[in-house]
Order: sequence, then C-alpha cells, then structure tokens
Amino acid sequence: MAVTAIKDYAFPARDRVENFHGAQLLFIGWEDHLLFAAPHAFPFPPAMPFRAVVEQVLPGVYGYHPDFAQIDWRRVEWLKSGQPFAPDLDKSLADNGLKHKDVIRFRTPGLTGIAGSCS
Amino acid sequence: MDMQVKKKLGLKDRYALMTRDLGWDTTYQPMEKVFPYDRYEGIKIHDWDKWEDPFRLTMDAYWKYQGEKEKKLYAVMEAFAQNNGHLGVTDARYLNAIKLFIQGVSPLEYYAHRGFAHAGRHFSGVGARVACQMQSIDELRHFQTQVHTISNYNKHYNGMHSFRHMFDRVWYLSVPKSFFEDALSAGPFEFLTSVSFSFEYVLTNLLFVPFMSGAAYNGDMATVTFGFSAQSDESRHMTLGLECIKFMLEQDPDNVPIVQAWMDKWFWRGYRLLTLVGMMMDYMLPKRVMSWAEAWEIYVEQNGGALFKDLARYGIRPPKGLAQATADKHHITHQAWGTFYNYAAAAPFHTWIPEKDEMEWLSAKYPDTFDKHYRPRLEHWREQDAAGNRFYNKTLPMLCNTCQIPMLFTEPGDPTKICYRESDYLGDKFHFCSDGCKEIFDHEPAKYAQSWLPVHQIYQGNCFPEGTDPTKEGFEPLPAVLDYYGMNFGRDNLDFNVSEDKRNFEQWRGPSSSNT
Repeated sequence: MAVTAIKDYAFPARDRVENFHGAQLLFIGWEDHLLFAAPHAFPFPPAMPFRAVVEQVLPGVYGYHPDFAQIDWRRVEWLKSGQPFAPDLDKSLADNGLKHKDVIRFRTPGLTGIAGSCS
Repeated sequence: MDMQVKKKLGLKDRYALMTRDLGWDTTYQPMEKVFPYDRYEGIKIHDWDKWEDPFRLTMDAYWKYQGEKEKKLYAVMEAFAQNNGHLGVTDARYLNAIKLFIQGVSPLEYYAHRGFAHAGRHFSGVGARVACQMQSIDELRHFQTQVHTISNYNKHYNGMHSFRHMFDRVWYLSVPKSFFEDALSAGPFEFLTSVSFSFEYVLTNLLFVPFMSGAAYNGDMATVTFGFSAQSDESRHMTLGLECIKFMLEQDPDNVPIVQAWMDKWFWRGYRLLTLVGMMMDYMLPKRVMSWAEAWEIYVEQNGGALFKDLARYGIRPPKGLAQATADKHHITHQAWGTFYNYAAAAPFHTWIPEKDEMEWLSAKYPDTFDKHYRPRLEHWREQDAAGNRFYNKTLPMLCNTCQIPMLFTEPGDPTKICYRESDYLGDKFHFCSDGCKEIFDHEPAKYAQSWLPVHQIYQGNCFPEGTDPTKEGFEPLPAVLDYYGMNFGRDNLDFNVSEDKRNFEQWRGPSSSNT
C-alpha cells in the first residue's frame, strides 16, 4: 500500500511535467563549492541546447565564485543521478536523455573552493 | 424545612464523573461507524479501560489553574509594554529569533490545537478523548499568548506583521507546515506518536529550552513569561505522549512494529525541523546559551538514551536515524545559516556574518569542524560584503521532497559533498536530502507525491498575486513572489546591517546608553 489511508487515495503527482507549462525541471549542483548552499532548480524547455545551460545560465548562477572563471569546461566531469554522464553540448536536453526532475552535477577538477575548503 | 445536604464528592468520584463517565457506547449506530479513525492505522486495542489518564485533571480545575496563569502572564506583558521592553533586548539581531518563532513555531501551536481536537473526537476510548480535548485547549492558549506577547514587538520591528499569511506561502515555512500537516493528515495514533511522543517527549527540550533560555539571556522577559506559562502544560503533554506509547505497546504485540516505524519516521522529521532551532542557537542569539551540539548531547544522547532503555522491555529500539543525527550535530547549524545567508533576499528575517568574538565561540564549540569547513566560507562572505558585494543567491534551490528543506545537508562522513538520494515513483524522480527522508517517502509515496514544494510551485506559476501575468514582457518573478508572500522588500529581508530594525534600535536605544 502506497499510503495508510481510510479509503482509496490515488492521485497524479503534484509535480508532474504537465503542470510546468512546457518546461521540465532540471536540478544542477556544483561539486565542492558549498558556498552555494544547495543544488539549484531550473524550469527549462526540453528543446533547449545543453550548451545554453552551460554558457548562458550557469555564469549567472555561479559567476559570483572566484573559481568559476577558472573552470576549464573541457575537463569538467558530469554526473547524472550520481553516475558518470557525457552530455553533448550541441544536443538538446531531451536528446541528452534528460527528463523531468533529473539531477546533474558537475565536478571541476583542481578547483576546491575558498581556501581549499570546498566552499 | 428539612434539608438534605449532600456530602461533597471525593476527588476520586468527582474525577470519575467528570472524565470517564462522560462517555457512552452508541446504540443507534455501531461504535466502529462512529469512530472509524482509530482502526484503519492497524493499531489493535482490546481494552480501553486500561488507558491510564495522564492528566488527572477535571475541566473545572483546569479552568481555574489556567485562569490564574493567564492573569500573571498578562500583567507581565502589560508591564513589558509600559516599560519599553522592546528596547531591553541585547541587540536588534535577537529579534530575528522572535521572528523565527512567530513565523515558524506559533502557527504549529495552532495546528496542534486542531490536531488534538480531531484526536479528541476520534479515539473511541473516553480517557484518551478527554486528555486530547484538554491538550487541544492548551495549544490554543499557547498560540494566543504567543501572538499577544509578540504583538508588542510587531509594533516596533519588521517581519512579524503577516505571520499567518506567510506560514502558508513563504518557502522556508513549508518546512514546519509540511511537518505538521503530515502529522495532522495521519490517523490519531500516529498523530499522538508524532506530536505527543516524538516531538513533545523526545525533542521538546530542544525547542523550548533554547528559545526560553535564549530569551532570558537576551533580556526578553515577555517571551520568558509565556514560556513559563506554557511549561506546566508541557509536562502534562509529555505524560500523554508517553502514556499513549505504552498503552499501544501493552495492548497488542502486533502494535510494536507499527509504533517503531512511526518513531523512526517522526524522530527524523522532528530532527530535520529542529535544524532551524539549532541555527538560531548557534547564530542568531547575540548572547548564546549553549551550542546545538551541547544541547543535543544533554537532551537527546543522555535523556533520550535513558528513555529508550526504558522502552526496550516492549521490544522498542532507539530511532533509526539517531546515530546519523548525532554524528551531524557538528555540522547542520552552520550549513543552515549559510543557506539563509544565501537566500536573505527571500526570507522575512535578517541574516549576517558573526562578529569576530562569535566566530571564536563557534570555533571553541565546534573545534573539529568550524575552522576547517565553515569559517572560510563566512570570512569570504564578510570580505565580499565589506567590498560592497554582499552575496545574494538568486536562483531557487533544489528541495528535499520529504522535509522540504533545501538540499543543504552533506553525505554522512563527508562534509564536503552534498547528500543526494532519489526514488522513482509514477514515472518521475523524487529527491531527498538523506536516507531518513528517502525511507519516509518510500514507505508512503502516494502521500509525499502531493508535497507542496515551494520552488516547484513558483515554477508552476502558483505563487504570484492574483491577476499577475507572468508571460508579460519584462516580468520579474522575484518581486511578484515576495508580494505574494506579503513581504516588504528592503524592510523584512536582506542583510541585518542594512536593516531598518538595526537603524531604529540604535536610534531608540542610543539615548539611554550614551551621552550623545
């Protein structure tokens, strides 16, 4: 039983993709940079190129950090749900296999935050 | 005329007549139709007469005691107002602890009032019903006295004006709100396990001692007084929590695994909620009482340890998340304060970087973690702030689907990595901050698939004032969301150092403590 209830209790999820007006949620975290308290949530159209996320969205989100300008994007390691992930920058989010409410993280080797504290 | 004067009733008769004797078995309708709620959770009760009344109180005595306490409390509140008590606190940063209380705790008292009224209707045992009804009235009184006390601060400081409106809307308040709605929407036995036992018995000292001692240390006599006024009620509430647990465990061995699962769940939910209190203790009180880690050691590791030793004879073990929570005591408050520092534009209270001596205090209380992991972050923010570049995180955070706290907690054993957990349900992913929150979801996914997650609600377009057109060119979501929250931008939010509270407090208090 999916819930202890006094009678049948079955409803579609509150956060199903249909409720996001054509967008889907993508969660993004930057490993070892906890100055940003938590990963971030974004509503993106599935047709958006992955490159647009990296080049147009992330600078506004993470640019405050002194490490951000030093990122060598060719060396960045991506994870999707904790597993290695190799996005094609020129393909869309959907064509990269990213679905509603997927979570990706990026690790920037050599960059370990403020004074090496992973902040 | 011959008058037959009846002897005054003895305590015992009087008690029986005014509690147990008020109940009856229904005949027009079967009992199970009149009381459907105390069966579906799977708890088996064979003999309600075995229930021991925890309060030993009748309604007439109850009114008398409470009336006396009210008189004293309102006299203190009156004196507080007349003597400009709002200027007597250590410094204006303290008021942010009061904001946290009125925004996040007082509405829970009201929810508790509703929850106990519901349980007081739906237990088929009359003893349990009477106890719950009395507690329901207590909770309403606590809510009222808190609102009345804090209304005096509301006349002078920002962020307290629409606490009830905010409770249903502001992102961080979905943490206490969803906690209590989870309990309220459960059956009456789970409700009592969650609120009366796990929260009021196991964790309550971590809520009330910090707030009330914090108030005493920081010159806030009004809050101390409502705390005292509630204290004798709280001890009755704890007794009810323990009685309900023992009653369930004694009635049927099949109840044991159900109760154990509830204890695991509600320990973890309560612990997650108390992150806010821990943060208040370590960062928001200008004059600190004790650290979160110290409070955890005294109230949970020592006192809780004794309680669970006592419950072991029923086959109950300590809550599953206890070891994890104990290991995390050196981290969570720093991580939470950093989060509110990030999102200071969106929360209706102020944040700041601790002063140098406060950093030393943190370093002494958290020798293994503060300097290594958290001081560099805070010092970087302070330098940036001094250079006119105060950090405001403008992108909405990813939330845990169960506790609804941003995903700020780190992996067990590795404070440099955010902890990510996920489950698949109904074709979608659901994300969690911890194994504890994931297990709660996995046990009842249909319930938590309905979580009202503030970030997702904003992105669905449900958190703008009525009539807003988010498709209009140049639409800015943040001001619209704050408007929907009932927040005044620049007064209720942002850094303490640029706040009206700080300016006003200095202007008002200055003349009484200096010659200029």
